[in-house]
Amino acid sequence: MTANFQLLRILPEVILTIAGVLIMLIEPLLGHSTSRKPLGWFAVLSVFASLAASFAQLGMAAGTAYYGVIQTDAFSVFFHVLIALIVLVSLLVTIDTANANTESLGELFALMVFGAVGMMLMTSATELLLVFIGLEISSISTYIMAGFRRKNVKSTESSLKYFLLGSFATAFFLYGIALIFGATGTTDINAIASQLGTSAVPMFATIGLGMILIGLGFKVSAAPFHVWTPDAYEGAPSPVVGLMSTAPKAAAFAVLLRIVYVAFPALHAHWQPLLWLMAAFSMTIGNLGALRQQNVKRMLAYSSIAHAGYLLVAFTALSTDGIAAASFYAMSYAAMNVGIFAVVSHASGYDERLSLISDYRGLAYRSPLLGGALGFFLISLIGIPFTGGFFGKFYVFASALHSGMVWLTIIGLVNSGIAAFYYLRLLASAYSKPTNNALLDPMPRASFALLLALVITISGTLILGIVPGQILAMSHNAAVSLTSGIANPAPSATHQ
Amino acid sequence: MHLVLFFIFGGLCVVGALNLLLQSHPINSALSLIVVMSSLAVLYLLLGAEFLAAAQVIVYSGAIMVLFTFVIMLLNAGREERTHGSRMAYIAGFPGAAVLLGLLSYIFLSNRGHLGNARLGSYLVTTGDLSRVLFRDLLLPFEVTSVLILIAILGAVALARKEH
Repeated sequence: MTANFQLLRILPEVILTIAGVLIMLIEPLLGHSTSRKPLGWFAVLSVFASLAASFAQLGMAAGTAYYGVIQTDAFSVFFHVLIALIVLVSLLVTIDTANANTESLGELFALMVFGAVGMMLMTSATELLLVFIGLEISSISTYIMAGFRRKNVKSTESSLKYFLLGSFATAFFLYGIALIFGATGTTDINAIASQLGTSAVPMFATIGLGMILIGLGFKVSAAPFHVWTPDAYEGAPSPVVGLMSTAPKAAAFAVLLRIVYVAFPALHAHWQPLLWLMAAFSMTIGNLGALRQQNVKRMLAYSSIAHAGYLLVAFTALSTDGIAAASFYAMSYAAMNVGIFAVVSHASGYDERLSLISDYRGLAYRSPLLGGALGFFLISLIGIPFTGGFFGKFYVFASALHSGMVWLTIIGLVNSGIAAFYYLRLLASAYSKPTNNALLDPMPRASFALLLALVITISGTLILGIVPGQILAMSHNAAVSLTSGIANPAPSATHQ
Repeated sequence: MHLVLFFIFGGLCVVGALNLLLQSHPINSALSLIVVMSSLAVLYLLLGAEFLAAAQVIVYSGAIMVLFTFVIMLLNAGREERTHGSRMAYIAGFPGAAVLLGLLSYIFLSNRGHLGNARLGSYLVTTGDLSRVLFRDLLLPFEVTSVLILIAILGAVALARKEH
């Protein structure tokens, strides 16, 4: 394979790296009073280019590059596209929300773009070391972005808590890699499965996998590794929360799918009950926690824990069904969650004027557009038909039922019912007459960037809900491309 | 001989690590960390990893620790304030750490027969072997590390910059 051809397999990442470096270099050359928004639009364009480069990879045969550390296939392209779209919308929301108080906006754009490089590498890496470096790039950029409102104590607290617990989780992940290397002599995800059969110390691999589950469990904020989530989301700037609650999680889920289904199908009996427990805990703790919250961002943080739980349900299903359902769910959750954070960001502004559910009273009267969008995304988060949220849940639970996970499905459905309470509470607040006249001022006018962001997320949620066929086929192709490399398919599910 | 060296430096490493946690002045903690890093280097050497031992001394005990001590002295950091810690740390943290330690030691001890022994010099790793892995097989991870370092610097500058 020629060098140029290999470069095509990392082209989306290369484009974003170059764009990030340019933004970083141009930012200090601009005067204090110069608007940084053109830099943001430049970042948006580069993400578009990277999106196109990812789609172009579909035309190439699936294969590896750079001595097998990277593999582009339908699976990696699916998650590349998802991450690029999330970062695109988050950039647009940041452009909309930023005001004169926003410091070092250029650096914020650069960090978002660099973060995307790390997340994209995670989804196509087949070498655990590269996964680790991608994970660190994505995590470190998120830690920094969470603390970007430096004058705000909550933002600093959020960044520090996220950093300390995240580093702790990374250590688990790294120890897991070391133990797996000890057991199999390789860190290549594609080679682990065959080496595992001949390993003299298979127990090391089991413990290593357990540690990787802990590390990634932190990153996707699955219970019982979720404690950092509400504090981190409450303090971080809202456009950043929209990004960090979806893109790094999608990347971590992609890594988890690749590791458990490609490297460790032989240990299915070990990891499946663990993921069953994590799914059940996350759904229940997330939804019960969200019921008690008065702060909107904390409520959405608990809701994201619950959604990580729904997604984990798909892992207990049979391989192809499960991977397809998990990928589809990641996409539909991203569309509605990035969307709702776009609304929250614009409504509360960079300085967070609105934080409690009661502050959202009368939002629909102050801005029918924002109120309508908020209502639409909440309905999708509840999982009402004709939205992406409904089909996401439907496929996840259907795939779980197919493999006999009756109890987990029941827990999930009960949880969906509980979730409706707190989502509807926010919806009712936004649509009730404001009691306080101060809350009657009209909202700042929606900018073109915000409108574009809302169009992308609303149409995404609608397409996933009304005509999901095409995307479902994409997620199915992704699942097939991931499992086709497996020599021995996963043993049949152990019934709970 | 190996066993004696192992116990001396293993013990030194544990004592250094405990001292690192218990000292209340940052500079004492940093100096204990040097002890930990250096005794780890000896342990690597005993396991037959000469290159890793050398890198440990040069990079960790040398460069990184010098930077640490410089920063602590420049910032003129004072004594830490003692808090009683969170109750969760006592209820869940210590038993959790103990369980993890027990589990790992059980697994390593129960698989002792399969693991075998390493002898000094039995795995001769030349610089050529190392660079073949680093600059060929793992070329992409090596290059991507530069992005990682770049964002760490970018973040440090963005977070520590003075306000205009």
